[in-house]
Amino acid sequence: MPGYRTGGEEVLIQGNIACAEGAITAGCKFYAAYPITPASEIMNHLAKRMSEGFIQMEDEIASIASVIGASWAGKKAMTATSGPGFSLMQENIGYAAMTETPCVIVDVQRAGPSTGQATKVAQGDVFQSRFGSNGDYETIVLAPSSAQEMYDLTVEAFNMAERFRTPVILLADETIGRVREEAELGPRNVIDRKSEPTEEPFGEGSPMPSFGMGCNLLITGSTHDSKGYRRAQDAETQRWLSEKLRKKVEDHKKELFKYELINEEAENVFVSFGIEARACEEACRALDFGLLKLNTIFPFDFDEVSKLLEGKKAFVVELNYGQLAMLVRNCSDDVRSITKTNGEPMGPKEIIGEVKKWM
Amino acid sequence: MDVNNYLRTEVFPSTFCPGCGHGIILNALIRAIDDLKLDMRKMVFVSGIGCAGWITSPHIKADTMHTTHGRPLAFATGIKLANPELKVVVIAGDGDLASIGGNHLIHAARRNIDITTICANNSIYGMTGGQASPTTPEGAITLTTPEGSYYNPFDLCALVRGAGAGYVARATVYHARMLAKFIKDALSYDGFSFIDAVSTCPTQYGRRNSMSDPFEMLEWLKRNATTKEGEGKIVIKEWIASSAEK
Ligand SMILES: Cc1ncc(C[n+]2csc(CCOP(=O)(O)OP(=O)(O)O)c2C)c(N)n1
Ligand code: SF4
Ligand SMILES: [Mg+2]
Repeated sequence: MPGYRTGGEEVLIQGNIACAEGAITAGCKFYAAYPITPASEIMNHLAKRMSEGFIQMEDEIASIASVIGASWAGKKAMTATSGPGFSLMQENIGYAAMTETPCVIVDVQRAGPSTGQATKVAQGDVFQSRFGSNGDYETIVLAPSSAQEMYDLTVEAFNMAERFRTPVILLADETIGRVREEAELGPRNVIDRKSEPTEEPFGEGSPMPSFGMGCNLLITGSTHDSKGYRRAQDAETQRWLSEKLRKKVEDHKKELFKYELINEEAENVFVSFGIEARACEEACRALDFGLLKLNTIFPFDFDEVSKLLEGKKAFVVELNYGQLAMLVRNCSDDVRSITKTNGEPMGPKEIIGEVKKWM
Repeated sequence: MDVNNYLRTEVFPSTFCPGCGHGIILNALIRAIDDLKLDMRKMVFVSGIGCAGWITSPHIKADTMHTTHGRPLAFATGIKLANPELKVVVIAGDGDLASIGGNHLIHAARRNIDITTICANNSIYGMTGGQASPTTPEGAITLTTPEGSYYNPFDLCALVRGAGAGYVARATVYHARMLAKFIKDALSYDGFSFIDAVSTCPTQYGRRNSMSDPFEMLEWLKRNATTKEGEGKIVIKEWIASSAEK
């Protein structure tokens, strides 16, 4: 299959397929998933694109489990799903965080809760992407808002997963997944998997070894020391490990937290992500507003957002009951939450109408 | 054979209760690997959560992956597909493989993926204190069936054969040599192989069913196992699909 490789020129492509192509560019060698709207196009496309390392699993629990297994077998690995499937994956996302397994999980959000509306858009999984599994851990969550970013941020997600040895979540939404628009899918800077043998697979900044290298790996989701030995009773190991897992993401939030700021001078600023960042971008022009478009949602850099919003009025626009707004309220006292939850995106006109109510 | 070549000796004594049958499964597994002269550097031992999940993790000196409850076969499927040169062995309990992970068990068998799976089947949830499992015999007393279990237990061999596995066998920890031989056959089989290793949990099962002495449990297995089907006893034998016979 020729795919959609281009040498710098743009092609018309669906967001989900751009994500699948991003995975190929990033060197994804294992993909497992279970069909679910509106994410299925990613698996349908990769079934054709990957001659090996593709499997349709029996459910989403098995999909993420096999992805983690494949990563330890030395392959870059990804799965994609939507709401209900994302819920099923949570226990093993925690396992990936605990075992410091690089992998990429795509959640193409749809309206919920539960089965909700499979073909309708929402952004209700913001907190789930951060706090979905039990216990304290950190995740990296990226939010694309175009077919181009479905491609670029998928590559970026793989790179971050390799660098930080952690699961990375691409938090897309139904509209961005299914929009067809121009995107350029050329080569990108890719961090390769360097499987390196080590006696201390879980130390600070340890390289990622893989099975079959003679390391006698001890991998466990139980609390473990830097060599992998289970320490299920020891308070100091529990403290050390949870702190290490948290800090390796938290300490890099300056570089991980990526955003675009449009119309810096404006005194009123939209804060948004995904499909709604697109709508805000248009609304900005009519209102002479600024836009803080988040490409990274977590780790959320509270200090940076505080600085950006200083002396400004913030309007947080999202398709849920104000999850991002809850974060932004920690950064400024001057925050308004504009939300919509009927399974439809909020267009620029509607946003302008909402803003006018406040003015 | 020097078993110490196969074990992380630094983790002993093991945390199993005295008389636990799971140690015998570890012994049989090591014997089988030693007989076959398999390269431990190319083996991965994947386990679930439960006492059975500790048979290989941390005891075995090789790559081990102690996964989440019920999911070892799903992890193992990814490992095997990502690197087919690895020899992948799954060991987990009856609660793990047949209850919470039952869906993965039948699908791994259906795919006939080249993984050897051993169910350390003690008919009880050992680790969580002795609740009923899907292989608890009818009438057996457990924490959650104080008046005796009402339900039919799974015949795991029939289940896995029905799902398409080419090699299926059952032995008990009393029949340790037979168990080692079956594990050897399973490891040599190209495709999905499954062994129902009937184990003993004197602490959580024996105690409640008038067999608190580990030897009584082994004696019980001896008396109640047979190689012939249709006697209402524990059938210990190999079932090899005719298309797979070498
Ligand atoms: C998702 C989840 N549910 C429940 C548990 C609690 N749990 C730990 S071990 C276990 C049962 C183990 O029974 P079995 O698999 O038969 O192993 P055994 O201890 O008998 O060897 C359960 C239910 C868990 N760890 N994870
Ligand atoms: S509780 Fe039962 S299965 Fe667990 S170690 Fe003790 S005897 Fe073995
Ligand atoms: Mg059990």
